[in-house]
Amino acid sequence: MLYRRIVSDKITEWWMVTSIFIIVILPIIIGFGLFTKAAPLIELKPLGELVGSSTWLPHKKEFGFLPFILGSLYVTLIAFLLSAPICLFSAIYLTQFSSKRVLRIMHPVIDVLAGLPSVIYGVWGIVVIVPFVSDYLAPLFGTTSSGYSILAGGIVLSVMCIPYILNMLIEVFNTIPLGLKEASLSIGATFWEMVKHTVISKGFPGILSAFGLGIAKAFGETMAVMMVVGNMVQVKFHLFDSAYPLPALIANNYGEMLSIPMYDSALMFAALLLFVIILLINLVFRYFIYRTKKHE
Amino acid sequence: MYLLKKEMMNVDKLNHVNIPTNSESILRVNNLNVYAGEHHILKNLNVKIPKNKVTVLLGPSGCGKTTLLKCMNRLTDIYKELSVSGSIHIENDNILNTTKNIPSIRQKMGLLGQRPYPLPVSIYKNVAYGIKLKGVRDNKLIDYNIEKHLKEVGLWDEVKDRLHSSPQSLSIGQQQRLCLARGLAVKPRIILADEPTSALDPISSKIIENLFRDLKKHYTIVLVTHVLRQAVRIADNVVFMSNGEIIEQGTPDKLFKNPQSSQLQEYLVDGN
Repeated sequence: MLYRRIVSDKITEWWMVTSIFIIVILPIIIGFGLFTKAAPLIELKPLGELVGSSTWLPHKKEFGFLPFILGSLYVTLIAFLLSAPICLFSAIYLTQFSSKRVLRIMHPVIDVLAGLPSVIYGVWGIVVIVPFVSDYLAPLFGTTSSGYSILAGGIVLSVMCIPYILNMLIEVFNTIPLGLKEASLSIGATFWEMVKHTVISKGFPGILSAFGLGIAKAFGETMAVMMVVGNMVQVKFHLFDSAYPLPALIANNYGEMLSIPMYDSALMFAALLLFVIILLINLVFRYFIYRTKKHE
Repeated sequence: MYLLKKEMMNVDKLNHVNIPTNSESILRVNNLNVYAGEHHILKNLNVKIPKNKVTVLLGPSGCGKTTLLKCMNRLTDIYKELSVSGSIHIENDNILNTTKNIPSIRQKMGLLGQRPYPLPVSIYKNVAYGIKLKGVRDNKLIDYNIEKHLKEVGLWDEVKDRLHSSPQSLSIGQQQRLCLARGLAVKPRIILADEPTSALDPISSKIIENLFRDLKKHYTIVLVTHVLRQAVRIADNVVFMSNGEIIEQGTPDKLFKNPQSSQLQEYLVDGN
């Protein structure tokens, strides 16, 4: 009997270690696969030119990825700037100020938003946000725009990020011990001072982590952004102009333009770039989280 | 029972040979009722907390001691499900029905929780927090007060070389004393302690208990505990609660040597 229990103990442990191994090995395999596929292009051109040049003429074997990288970064930045404050304040309100009933009502609402397929956000973007940008926002800023723009992409993307970041922030703020809040209040902090000095400050690593994951997700989001951002190769970025993010480049062209020499390799390089940039974003946020935890 | 008696004799020798029975009360609770939805948590409580004494709220877990303590500095406000009625007077202000600002009422009472909850900043800033909330901006005055209160809880010599490091580097017992110093720094009149030694080892507990004996010269202490022997060791006044009601209250002599109610008699027997 005891022997059986020891064996089942060991089997459980092996299974757990195997699971971890699969998780660790997956990104390595994907990264390696992308690299092998992109290798012909990397052999052809120096890396600096691929990343730093903005000439995109596949027929002439000119592959400059800068417009795509910047396009992705720009749309992600707008989405982050729009969604982060909304998420932060609503998460604080829902966990600290409102009654538990409101949070119970809000949970399914957030889950529905999180579960909507991105093509629906894309359609909503085309029907609502694109005309809104071209008819109202652009004239307001004294310019003209087709509406298919970085701003439209950013707005749609921010709405997609909200449920994702909000859910994580709610989890973070719910873990702040009640005793800590009581301690702060009993010293004479007002409610908002308490929130500032305990909830936000204790939850800071968690906030960073939620933002980091949100940014990484936004950076890779393809469908909805592709539908509203215009997809034009440009380097001069203006809020009301089009851009061509990296994921859109891959999704639009893979399988269609492969007759052009090196194009296959170029798209794989774009995928590798996405992979590396998302990895970098995560590493940077991990580093900040590590530092804030150390200083706590 | 033998241990209890022995300890009571020691305590008699130590600190309360002459207990003034009609000392001035600093806090008066009248007809206090607390409901959580339909559930009646505190049932029409009337308590007087004598000034510069240690009042122990004693009773089994879940009898409402902690709720009573939290009513005293209106921490019940953050529990949306609780409704509180009755009155609690600190000196002449009814804190349950006041137009005065609640943070300044809370500053009249320092709270010490079941576990230490240092703020996620340095040891120095933990103590400075309350002083700054009081509006003090002069750094010399802040430094002076920090040293004074850390000495008051006997922590100064242990932390003076690492004031700017994280309180997480301290032991739990030291953290609890840091939290006490942080509470004292806002110059409260009353210290509310909610089972402050329940997470501590016996030696750290003893330090806290001895501190309370010293501190009662300047402060009034309300201590929640379910540890009978702790109550015997440091109480000047005991409020025994059970099931949301006050069963008996009075001096430890009266309650422990001559319990009237069956609940307290049982508690005294089972508690040893």
